[in-house]
Amino acid sequence: MKQIHVRDISGAVKNLCIEANTCLGEDVLNRLRECRDRESSAIGRQVLSQIVRNADMARDEAMPMCQDTGVAVVFVELGQEVHIQGGNLTDAIQEGVSEGYRQGYLRKSMVRDPFDRVNTGDNTPAVIHLETVPGDLLRLTVAPKGGGSENMSTVVMLPPSAGLDGVREFVLNWVERAGANPCPPVIVGVGIGGNFEHCAYLAKKSLLRDIGDRHPDPFYAALEIQLLEAVNTLGIGPQGFGGDCTALEVFIETAPCHIASLPVAVNLQCHAARHRQAVL
Amino acid sequence: MKKAVQHIITPPLTEESCMRLMAGDSVLIRGSIYTARDAAHQRMVQCLERGEPLPVSLDGQIIYYAGPSPAKPGHIVGSIGPTTAGRMDAYAPALIEAGLKGMIGKGSRSGTVTDAMRKHHAVYLGAIGGAAVLLAKCILEVQIEAYEDLGPEAVRRLVVHDFPAVVINDCHGNDLYRSGRKNHLRSIRHA
Ligand code: SF4
Repeated sequence: MKQIHVRDISGAVKNLCIEANTCLGEDVLNRLRECRDRESSAIGRQVLSQIVRNADMARDEAMPMCQDTGVAVVFVELGQEVHIQGGNLTDAIQEGVSEGYRQGYLRKSMVRDPFDRVNTGDNTPAVIHLETVPGDLLRLTVAPKGGGSENMSTVVMLPPSAGLDGVREFVLNWVERAGANPCPPVIVGVGIGGNFEHCAYLAKKSLLRDIGDRHPDPFYAALEIQLLEAVNTLGIGPQGFGGDCTALEVFIETAPCHIASLPVAVNLQCHAARHRQAVL
Repeated sequence: MKKAVQHIITPPLTEESCMRLMAGDSVLIRGSIYTARDAAHQRMVQCLERGEPLPVSLDGQIIYYAGPSPAKPGHIVGSIGPTTAGRMDAYAPALIEAGLKGMIGKGSRSGTVTDAMRKHHAVYLGAIGGAAVLLAKCILEVQIEAYEDLGPEAVRRLVVHDFPAVVINDCHGNDLYRSGRKNHLRSIRHA
């Protein structure tokens, strides 16, 4: 058994919260630059240049790239040979989020109840997805998710007869309807299959992939490329001002599903596509 | 399509100054603007409903839909980009009637809001969602004016210099989200 102390888990989560919010991944930055150079709309080019400049400034000054530092979503892959020492895993993660949001001067956006809406003051609780895996590693991924793009996300239970065309149409219509609200250019996370809650999880999880990382199955890889091209003919453009670059990427994750169902979830991610990983 | 122009605007805005702003134009704001989001809007509208004065006069003013991240030591404000304006749609017409002339946010507005904007000559401006560090650099002064208990949602007066925004909805009924997309699609078809 490998021993991992809760102190190390909290510390790692704290750092990940701060890094994720201040340093946009190189993969996203490179795609933004490519899209800026290719954009045919003048105002679109301007918007993309400012987004790139903003990300550079955020990194250089260690400031959050967006004021909405989101719900802290934490994906945990816990090797079954790992023994957690000194406390429990969930508390350690929440502690790390609390510390990270305080020490990093990140905005606290969580309320304790959907109706009384009193701020919890430290951005906890984080949403934690725990998976046990073989081995003796603990992999932590922090993915802060802003409200603007999260509000423009959805799940639908299509009839299996809707097929591939039905799914394509649903995703395209959804991005079109979301328009400027999720701060385009967006990343479109699509979960297909599973059941009601699992497809939403798949859509969210797809957003952890690096830009350009294609689905391992050539069929879905081709569908990702096709959907990306289709989204980018909508003309919504950066910030919805009109332009070629509406999405930076489309990611699809799939799972087996019931004979009667074709669940589809679309989780839109804004250009502030933040996620950071550590392995203990 | 008319060519987009750049304006420098200084609140308080008048009807005439709003009428000159056309969807697609860019503006640089100099002077004072106020932040307010969901909770502050709710309180201000409740104030108006009770017939009480607002904590700040909105006559000719601009509200920035924004809730900053905390300021780091030595800074006056943290990151501060726009939030989704649609959430304020239920409250905006009452504030426009109370004299509000400009709103800064991101995302589309409802017909009720754009109708109120036409009637009272107000404008809706878009700032770049997510460009929160860049926008923070345009802020020279920050002062909490009301509802301090709301934390990031408190009403703050910001003194800004050359704060960049784009006119989304003008008071003549134009909407950049519609026209920008349409013009772009037309231009690539003809390219
Ligand atoms: S959608 Fe993203 S970029 Fe836009 S305000 Fe929210 S977190 Fe920031």
